[in-house]
Amino acid sequence: MNLEKVIFGFFIVLAATLNFGFFVGDIDNPVHHDVYELFAALVVSLIATVLKFGDRTQIGAVHLSTSLVADLQLVAAAMVWGYSAHVAGAGMTPEMTARVVSLSGGALFANVVSVIILIAETIMQRR
Amino acid sequence: MQQALARHHSIFLLILRRLRAPLILLIVLFAIAVLGLTLVPGPVVDGETSYLSFFHAFYFISYTATTIGFGEIPYTFSDQQRLWVIVSIYLSVIGWAYTLGSVFSLLADRSLRQAIAMQGFVRAVRRLREPFYLVCGYGETGRLICDALDRMGLRVVVIEVDETKLGELDLHSYSADVPALCADAANPETLQFGGLTHASCIGVIALTNDDATNLAIAIAARLLAPKVPALCRAEHTATSANMTSFGTRHILNPFERFSETLALSLHAPKASQLFDWLTGLPGSHVEQRRDPPRGNWIVCGHGRFGRLLVDAMDSEAVPVTIIDIDPKPDGIHRWVQGDGTGAASLLEAGVREATGIVCGTSSDVDNLSIAVTARELNQELFVILRQNHESNRALFEAFESDITVVPSRVIAHECIAILSTPLLAPFLAEIRRRDEEWCGALLHRLTRHLGWRVPRIRSQRVNLSSAPALYRRLMRGETITLERLLRSPADRSMALDCAVLYLERDDDDHRMTPAADEKLRPGDELLFAGTRRALEDVALIFANEHTLEYILTGRDLPGGRVWEMLAQRKHGKRSPQLP
Repeated sequence: MNLEKVIFGFFIVLAATLNFGFFVGDIDNPVHHDVYELFAALVVSLIATVLKFGDRTQIGAVHLSTSLVADLQLVAAAMVWGYSAHVAGAGMTPEMTARVVSLSGGALFANVVSVIILIAETIMQRR
Repeated sequence: MQQALARHHSIFLLILRRLRAPLILLIVLFAIAVLGLTLVPGPVVDGETSYLSFFHAFYFISYTATTIGFGEIPYTFSDQQRLWVIVSIYLSVIGWAYTLGSVFSLLADRSLRQAIAMQGFVRAVRRLREPFYLVCGYGETGRLICDALDRMGLRVVVIEVDETKLGELDLHSYSADVPALCADAANPETLQFGGLTHASCIGVIALTNDDATNLAIAIAARLLAPKVPALCRAEHTATSANMTSFGTRHILNPFERFSETLALSLHAPKASQLFDWLTGLPGSHVEQRRDPPRGNWIVCGHGRFGRLLVDAMDSEAVPVTIIDIDPKPDGIHRWVQGDGTGAASLLEAGVREATGIVCGTSSDVDNLSIAVTARELNQELFVILRQNHESNRALFEAFESDITVVPSRVIAHECIAILSTPLLAPFLAEIRRRDEEWCGALLHRLTRHLGWRVPRIRSQRVNLSSAPALYRRLMRGETITLERLLRSPADRSMALDCAVLYLERDDDDHRMTPAADEKLRPGDELLFAGTRRALEDVALIFANEHTLEYILTGRDLPGGRVWEMLAQRKHGKRSPQLP
């Protein structure tokens, strides 16, 4: 067992699960989507990205790119949230909530791809 | 090649990899600080405890952590919040300090700097579009050769294992940029980075002072780039034999080369002087020196150098006495035991009756000591000194020997001669076959015309690409002799300061020093010796239609179509012949 692999897998899966946790629920109901969960998903996703830095293999490159996509989507979601909660003045309307959640849905897809690559990599190594 | 290069392309990834830990720490500390700030109760506003939202918390932590500090927003903080802010400030300071420390230690890292230097070198070499030489070993010889190549307008790429020697390269100002790498040239990968397999590489020159490395370079060049000519230095006979076995194009053995030259000067002093004049460093003066006399010779030190010189003298039937610490009597030569630095062994070897002495040990101090002692015993002695280290130059210059052999310079001269003009080699080979009288006459004629300064040597082919103007005229059937052609473009009544040494026709036909009325044919290749200016003029005459017209007819050709038409009407039919 390799501690590095454990940490790596842990963060990738955690990023996906947190992202999923934020995503589930009615898309336009602010009560179903906790902002703390979005924060946690963003932080874990950033850490997962940094963990993937510097891998020279082909699979490492794909890992990094999916992670960057997830980051991009989540940062966009966080910015939309910040805009609607503080700048727009109307608070979290169902319309804005739907935007934030759909952006995080995109990130979820990227995270799922990441998890699939992780599984594929594990199967490929056969040990 | 691509794969090997890719390894050095990932410097950015290398940096990211090293910065993984500090970046993760920074993210975690930021997250903790922001999260904590949203959870800590703030001041009571309108009867309700306020909390900072993520937006405000992130804003606050961002400017606090970066020590900007705009103050407490949106309300003045409660004491609980201030308590947490104290914690966050120290957390973030630790995070930044650690990150910056990692970045600086990374930049100071030797392996990273090497990787960056390597990447810059590989990029510089790959971008070379002009023909270049790969020079391995930037010692005394390497510097001379790089200088000469630079003056010839050729690009150079240098690989040198010693960092201090490479430092000298920066101090030396070359007209073109010289990509240089500090690495072991015996490694084939290094040679590939240096452009061995590059399309513009026109030659590899192996000049390191280690025979094994030179051999490795020769083999790598032979296998990886069979079409690229390799010039390799070899100081041991075994090495040069080894290099010959797999077909190295030019093997430079300074001692062997010098013993050949000595043999030549013993039996043909004029030919030897002609050699010196033709193959010296361009621009330097050739002194009219004393020729080595025939008679009894003494050779001190029977090492690599001494042995070859003894062989050379044997072939010229010159009697030799050898002084060596460890005599190996062979029945042919007289052997004296000793090191030659003392008068006793010199006297025993018969220094008073000898005509010449070779101080050929591997120690510079010993060589000088022998030379000084021998001169004192016999004023008329012809002294050949071997100088091993360039740093002792002043000492060797102070002692006026007849010939000082500096291996690095011998190699440099030969190398430059081979590189600058391939046509020179057949010409020199031809000189060796000619008799002494012929060489003397040629030397006299050339030096009277061009002086004792080493001339520029250049070959010029009469073909469409390098001499379009002349080639077209010759193809039209005009008869052009050398005499009519080699005139100054400024004033055609003056002859150019250059001479044609050799003329090679396509069909294995050649002329040594062709006469002035020799008619040129398309496809001829000419070997010129002359001043730099004259050779530039020759190139201009060959290539430029207007200059050629003026040289041949004395008329300035009109430029532009309209003027050409007008001129044709006026002259009727153009006569190309010289009046």
